[in-house]
Amino acid sequence: MSTLEIRDLHVTVGEGEETTEILKGVDLTVSSGQTHAIMGPNGSGKSTLAYSIAGHPKYTVVGGSVTLDGADVLAMTVDQRARAGLFLAMQYPVEVPGVSVSNFLRTAVTAVRGEAPKVRHWVKEVNEAMAVLEMDRAFAERSVNEGFSGGEKKRHEILQLELLKPRIAILDETDSGLDVDALRVVSEGVNRYMSTAALDGEGAPGMLLITHYTRILRYIRPDFVHVFFDGRIVESGGSDLADRLEAEGYARFGAAESAHSGVDGAPAHAV
Amino acid sequence: MTLSQLVNERATTGTPPNRFRSRNPDDFAVPRGREEEWRFTPVRQVRELFEPFAPTSVMDGSVDAPDGVTWAIVAPDDARVGQVLQPGDRVSALAFSHARQALVLELTGTPERPVLVHGRITPGLAYEHMVIEAKPHARATVVVDYAGSATVAENVEIVVGAGAHLTVVSLQQWDADAVHLSSHAIRLGADATVKHVVVNLTGRLVRIAPTVEFAGRGARAEMLGVGFAGDGHHFESRLYLDHAVPHCTSDVLYKNVLSGESARTVWIGDVRIRPAAAGTSTYEMNRNLLLTDGARADSVPNLEIETGDIIGAGHASATGRFDDLQLFYLQSRGIPFEEAQRLVVRGFLADVVDRIGVPDLQERVMTAIEARLGFTPEVENED
Repeated sequence: MSTLEIRDLHVTVGEGEETTEILKGVDLTVSSGQTHAIMGPNGSGKSTLAYSIAGHPKYTVVGGSVTLDGADVLAMTVDQRARAGLFLAMQYPVEVPGVSVSNFLRTAVTAVRGEAPKVRHWVKEVNEAMAVLEMDRAFAERSVNEGFSGGEKKRHEILQLELLKPRIAILDETDSGLDVDALRVVSEGVNRYMSTAALDGEGAPGMLLITHYTRILRYIRPDFVHVFFDGRIVESGGSDLADRLEAEGYARFGAAESAHSGVDGAPAHAV
Repeated sequence: MTLSQLVNERATTGTPPNRFRSRNPDDFAVPRGREEEWRFTPVRQVRELFEPFAPTSVMDGSVDAPDGVTWAIVAPDDARVGQVLQPGDRVSALAFSHARQALVLELTGTPERPVLVHGRITPGLAYEHMVIEAKPHARATVVVDYAGSATVAENVEIVVGAGAHLTVVSLQQWDADAVHLSSHAIRLGADATVKHVVVNLTGRLVRIAPTVEFAGRGARAEMLGVGFAGDGHHFESRLYLDHAVPHCTSDVLYKNVLSGESARTVWIGDVRIRPAAAGTSTYEMNRNLLLTDGARADSVPNLEIETGDIIGAGHASATGRFDDLQLFYLQSRGIPFEEAQRLVVRGFLADVVDRIGVPDLQERVMTAIEARLGFTPEVENED
């Protein structure tokens, strides 16, 4: 049983006079077995929340706390956070030329598990995980994210989710840039992780699903839906809140755009 | 700071398009260090090579050759010597006129494995000359493996016959006090392909100047470079690709890692597309990764395009430190900071090494790079 607790989190970006406050007091608790969806218009700070929890160097936490089972996440380095059981599936995974997917996965799994996986089991484990995500084996020899299509990048993120087995997973706009088939494969991968990991005796993982659109919520049903606007959560509810957002958009929170009007998958800003 | 933020595309180097060439050393003034072609070189370390000397050393030059390869040590007046190379600087001209012998390799058919030339050398001063000739339609690979402690002025001629595919790798793993100046002259026949690779791992001063002459239509040159410069290393690469005939292709990728405050690399990439070279496609890229303060990488790409009737011509140069986003991504998967750095550096160079196409050699080079980066050999946990 794990709990990620976010309390009154304030985060800025930039330095000196250029400093802008993006998160303005976020409160959220995600526990094992729960799926939380955070929905909100572009620019509301959803991705900042995800990156701040992971420790992205661009963002500065200026107030509040983040704890995982009581441990101070904000005091940890980026890699310590991952080893503590946090995982962020990124909207824009980074290319790392010359580092093969297989070497990367093995290095990451070794770091997170604290020991190198046994070779025979490892090959089987990776091949199985790739097969269910409908990824070709040749994929393992390519450089990390280099030349990957949008769909391949997202499958690769979910492959890591399955292999690193985090206690709390954050999925940042995993649905953006995916066609219907890829969205189905990726969503099934997430659901399988959430259900199979629960059988390992560790309790089910917790998940924070960040999305602009409701379509991924047809595949992954959230227990809780939070509306994110202007750097904080402005409304929380059950999965029926997502249906209401689907119908009404974010207009009643003061947003100019509706949930239907954005261009899916187009990067609003590169991080 | 990311590499891409530092992209630097310069319009001119001041390098004249028509290069002066001569076999007479006295046609070249003694370099003082301010000349365009010497301004990046620490000429004080090279001074011995600016005047004629009596050689006190010679390369071992023993050849491990499979069937399909003939080799011989010949006199400098052999007809095969001087087919391609016309010296372009004083050191090359001195080496050309004073080398007492030349190693000639002739490659036919498809030899079953790479030819290995042991460039071992005893301490001293040496003039070297090598001719590598791939006969028409041959498919072969030659690896020249330099090591030892010496001061060497060298000329290498590489002739690639019509339709032949030749890979030449020059691997420099010199001792800390070695000085190696080498001019490589490459001539490509019609539909010939050369993959020319320079790997600089150690040595006080390594300056290699490859020139490519496209002598027949449809030829292709892939020019690769990998360097890992540490303290006390100066690695300089000066390329000149001269597109003079139609429908040829060139692709240049040089990457250097610099670690240590006196680490230096220089990359000059001159490409000329003459009026007759319609249908040319060329791209050159140099990337340098600086790991420590004080290290310095100079990078000067230069394109001279004399016809608009080409498929494409481009260049890019970027010098910078670690990409924070790459490190963040790796760390966010639990990989500790220092290991993430090692992975990025290793990958940065492996990106080029993987293109060499000689698996044994690739493994040797990556093992040497990993040792420098402090990787420990992995102990496999089999059960």
